[in-house]
Amino acid sequence: MSNTVITAPAWQDDIFNVLKRGGIKQVPYVPDAGHAHVIRRIHADPDMRGVVMTTEEEGVAMACGAWLGGQRAAMLMQSSGVGNCVNMFSLIENCRFPFLALITMRGEWAEFNPWQGPMGRATQQSMEMMGITVLRVSKPEEVLETVSAGLDAAFEGGEAIAILLSQSLIGRKKWGETK
Amino acid sequence: MSTAPNAGPGAAPKPGTIERRSFVAKLLAACPQALVVTGLGSPAYDVFAAGDRDENFYLWGAMGGAAVMALGIAIAQPTRSVLVITGDGEQLMGMGALATIGAQQPNNLSIVVLDNGLYGETGAQRSHTSQGTSLAAVARACGIADAAEVTDLGALDALAMRINARAGCLLAQVRVRPDDLPRVLPPRDGTYLKNRFRAVLGMASM
Repeated sequence: MSNTVITAPAWQDDIFNVLKRGGIKQVPYVPDAGHAHVIRRIHADPDMRGVVMTTEEEGVAMACGAWLGGQRAAMLMQSSGVGNCVNMFSLIENCRFPFLALITMRGEWAEFNPWQGPMGRATQQSMEMMGITVLRVSKPEEVLETVSAGLDAAFEGGEAIAILLSQSLIGRKKWGETK
Repeated sequence: MSTAPNAGPGAAPKPGTIERRSFVAKLLAACPQALVVTGLGSPAYDVFAAGDRDENFYLWGAMGGAAVMALGIAIAQPTRSVLVITGDGEQLMGMGALATIGAQQPNNLSIVVLDNGLYGETGAQRSHTSQGTSLAAVARACGIADAAEVTDLGALDALAMRINARAGCLLAQVRVRPDDLPRVLPPRDGTYLKNRFRAVLGMASM
């Protein structure tokens, strides 16, 4: 067991702050290490509801339900979960729901696990095929502006937006350590 | 063990005896304030046949998503009863959602599964609930303590009271007769359904 205190990079606080300021109330997620800090902050915030899913497609349906009930939702997941959502994405287009997802990428940069490759390579196309606009962030200094732009496009413009957080932004997964 | 052509190998309980349309009509009449989400197929027809209302959101797809969509509504609208009316096939596809809902314990969310033990839209193939799966038992195992099979109409009044009370999440697995009823088709324009649902809650379309 590592005793290292993990200090989250500032861009992860930027994500939380944009979601918070943007009035996001519900955050369905399937965990990823790259989202871990944001998830912790959401659970610590009494005005936000983090909801862990068994599979990512649940989050799509829940986010649409949140909007029906009058709240904004943002979904957190990793690229491997995008394939699990494909049919459920129909809900977004059929009903023109606003939609915002933040997706940590795997299988594209210094990836150790080859099983992440196929879905990582198909992530962007899968979302675009289902009518979702994809934005990508690869530099820490671009995170705040891009997430903010995506949030406004979703909830002011009524669009469906996925923001891909590049694996190079998140950094190498340390396979030799336990957490 | 059944030897019907579509039979799978699992145990086949006796078919349910509750008439689904009248059960749904009576339940909705007893829960006039509820916000309703239906699963696709027969449950949507049952709810629409009971009388259309702006508070009904009919799914025509998104199979497996009804209960967890209702979770989003229930969290956003804590002072309203949110009622899912779905079928066994739809809920089986969203079985993980029962774990998600069990973890959240929304007091105002009720899930009514109209269980005919088969896939009625596609040729009446037997579903898992007629081959050994009890969705009520699954729900209890997921932490939804108030989860039971309903086998006669006598349970309806108490069920409606619990839905209206918003005192705990529940799942009722209602054993309905495997009838092949005429389809009564609700609106299928999703944008229309979304906008009227939000409007009746006092919200703009965007």
